[in-house]
Amino acid sequence: MAEKKSLGKELTKGIIAENPVLRLVLGTCPTLATTTSVESAIGMGLAASVVLICSNMAISALRKVIPDKVRIPAYIVIIASFVTIVQMVVKAFLPSLDEQLGVYLPLIVVNCIILGRAEAFASKNPVLASAVDGLGMGIGFTAALFLMGSVREIFGAGTFLGNSVPFLSENPMLIFILPPGGFFVFGVLMAAVNRLAESKGKKKAELRGCEACPMAKSCALNKKEEVAQS
Amino acid sequence: MTKELISILLTAILTQNFVLAKFLGICPFLGVSKKLNTAVGMSAAVIFVMALSTAVTYPINKFLLVKFDLEYLQTIVFILVIAALVQLVEIILKKYIPALYNALGIYLPLITTNCAVLGVVILNVDNGYNFAQSMFSSVGGGLGFMLAMVMFAGVRERLDSCEVPKFMQGLPITLVAASLVSVSFLGFTGIVENIFG
Repeated sequence: MAEKKSLGKELTKGIIAENPVLRLVLGTCPTLATTTSVESAIGMGLAASVVLICSNMAISALRKVIPDKVRIPAYIVIIASFVTIVQMVVKAFLPSLDEQLGVYLPLIVVNCIILGRAEAFASKNPVLASAVDGLGMGIGFTAALFLMGSVREIFGAGTFLGNSVPFLSENPMLIFILPPGGFFVFGVLMAAVNRLAESKGKKKAELRGCEACPMAKSCALNKKEEVAQS
Repeated sequence: MTKELISILLTAILTQNFVLAKFLGICPFLGVSKKLNTAVGMSAAVIFVMALSTAVTYPINKFLLVKFDLEYLQTIVFILVIAALVQLVEIILKKYIPALYNALGIYLPLITTNCAVLGVVILNVDNGYNFAQSMFSSVGGGLGFMLAMVMFAGVRERLDSCEVPKFMQGLPITLVAASLVSVSFLGFTGIVENIFG
């Protein structure tokens, strides 16, 4: 029973408490780039989730085989393979989504959520827990993208999933689907989430940038800043 | 020909700015833009790696992947080549040109997983650019990254001395500021077409 409980915890933590986008501030590039419409936001979220779950499972299964020194390149190869598979599937069955996501589909490889979870979770935990963790993080990522996409599509195009929204469809605020709108909506959303977190006595989401990055340990930028601070 | 190349360069810097219009390389844009000198160092390293990886991946794509119908391996091959290249450059710089290593080398590991580098390489292939066009688009993308970073570092230094409402402090206000910088770049829309059209 105890194990079941903890699996449930792994699942839910990714959705709210450790939401990858809104709490951990990871994967900001696709969050900003693919949320111009609800459809592409969901597409991106699902594609990244599939890669995340599969790579988490594969990395977890291989965690005792991969030597520590070459683990990052090994993870990248595994992730890139799954991204290629997803790319082929999307190209074959959802060509319109492929067109919408464009270059951001192959760029799932460098999405820090996936490499981050591989390093932080999958490399230390059994296969099932890693899969559940990937699922939770994937749902959290998709939900955040869906939220951003809804706001931007409703205000920017006056539609929701292609159906027009009364009043706003006559007066769409184009700026919301242009790049500045992406930054703006994300900023306001972060502020709202911070407000909520604070009212529940939780810490604000901080831009951990380097810390959250899986390369942080091997990156000299961190070391340099430490030197500058000391 | 020259006109076309300059037009690609300017498009990459101004109208299709990597950070502010294409949202590539947001992590370093938000993470490393606190101070002007780190912003400059990081972007110089990005320009260097972007140009180098384009120069290396272009022949690989043309003479290996396309020739043998292996284009579906693009993503894997490109990311591996970039990762290996960055490592190699780091080792070479450290050994032979320590001065340059101290200036740029420290940013190199961070760049491997920077989506702007993989992004520019893939975009060049998608756009069907030839070698010269690819190089110009990469260098332009890198310069655009630098422009955005340096401008934003200035904005952030001003932000530090502002009184910001409690819940906007930190990341939210930074994102809203980025939004305003991005608005200013919208002003360049059409400029390249009008100059060269």
